[in-house]
Amino acid sequence: MLTRRIIPCLDVREGRVVKGVQFRNHEDVGGILELARRYRERGADELVFYDITASPEGRQVDRSWVNRVAEVLDLPFCVAGGIRSVADAEEVLNLGADKISINSPALADPGLIDRLSRRFGAQCVVIGIDSLAMDDDWQVYQYTGDPDRTQAARRRTLDWVREVQDRGAGEIVLNCMNSDGVRQGYDIDQLVRVRECCTVPLIASGGAGTERHFLDVFEQADVDGALAASVFHKGLIDILALKRWLAERGVAIRLLEDPADG
Amino acid sequence: MASGPVALVDAGGANIASLKFALARLGRESLFTRDETIIRGATHVIIPGVGAAADAMARLEATGLDRLIPTLRQPVLGICLGMQLLFEGSDEDHARCLGLLSGQARRFIPAPGRPVPQMGWNALHPREPHPLLAGVGDQAYVYFVHSYALPVCAHTLACADYGGEFAALVARENFHGAQFHPERSGPVGERILKNFLDL
Repeated sequence: MLTRRIIPCLDVREGRVVKGVQFRNHEDVGGILELARRYRERGADELVFYDITASPEGRQVDRSWVNRVAEVLDLPFCVAGGIRSVADAEEVLNLGADKISINSPALADPGLIDRLSRRFGAQCVVIGIDSLAMDDDWQVYQYTGDPDRTQAARRRTLDWVREVQDRGAGEIVLNCMNSDGVRQGYDIDQLVRVRECCTVPLIASGGAGTERHFLDVFEQADVDGALAASVFHKGLIDILALKRWLAERGVAIRLLEDPADG
Repeated sequence: MASGPVALVDAGGANIASLKFALARLGRESLFTRDETIIRGATHVIIPGVGAAADAMARLEATGLDRLIPTLRQPVLGICLGMQLLFEGSDEDHARCLGLLSGQARRFIPAPGRPVPQMGWNALHPREPHPLLAGVGDQAYVYFVHSYALPVCAHTLACADYGGEFAALVARENFHGAQFHPERSGPVGERILKNFLDL
């Protein structure tokens, strides 16, 4: 049976891991390799590295850290941020990432999704969607890494979810902006609606604060994975304990046989 | 420890760095190559797989490797798409493959509770004792990423369940296939890779 994934997201800026609360007031919480190793030992199923400065500032970034992560990590990992072309994606995949995640560049040029999927296969292509609740519906936002540039993409979230799948996305990470950073739980209502029209793996993002929030999102929204950052980085939730707690409650979870060994 | 690099057959696709690093952690160098002499002379040959079946076969045919691979006598391991290439064919673009094992890769049909691609950690259920499975317990989890899968057959060493059983690990003589990614499957995957290198 396929297990539900617990996915720490490490927001990277200039080689360090940061995580903002509702995308503002970033604080440095640790080095990339140190955190990657720690999460591997604690039983993370996958890691996401998100370069939060790359996309808005429109500049080339030093991606050598991707190669260093691939060298030490025997888990799958995904790189997001600043990937605007097939060439960018190829560089990141060649450095050892398993998947690339694109967000704003896909909104600016939806055909990029088709080209990436044809070139690398759908399994490599993750679409990140920043979604904000508005007037009993949800709207897609773009350039959310930079508060000054954040703007509505003028697309309904549910429409965009369908379109990216048609274009060849292999996975969707739905970041619910209303719940992000405030640790009051995932946006179950929205995730249920997105799940209904999503036949590729769906990852919930934004809002994890307690172990119960993970149980709720798996049981109620049937998501394939749950992504979180600050609760893991700050040690508020231990992944090993979380996974045992979820398994005791009947969630299909990968438990490590010997935590000390990996 | 055996000498010389492990040959990683270049059938196109990006992302072989993770496999190279996994082999390096086991003390083995590797070379991504289309060179017939290097492949023939390697102690172990791995066919990594990212991309589409028809593209990969076209690439093997263009370099004559589709004729070389069936003649290899050393241990060969196909990973993910690389495993599917060992079989007769794939529904993906109606690709005809190497035909070393009988069976056709079929697409998973998406259903509630079964998104496609299958992406994540699933349990291996061993069916036959085999050196590749030495030290691997029942219900060991490995990492899968795929939309096509092979049905369970006589050469299936271990299966997994995704709305029905499929072949997760296969072997016929010196040809082996893993539908999952051992290089991304933590200590379990590392053990299976080590078992392969010890063959």
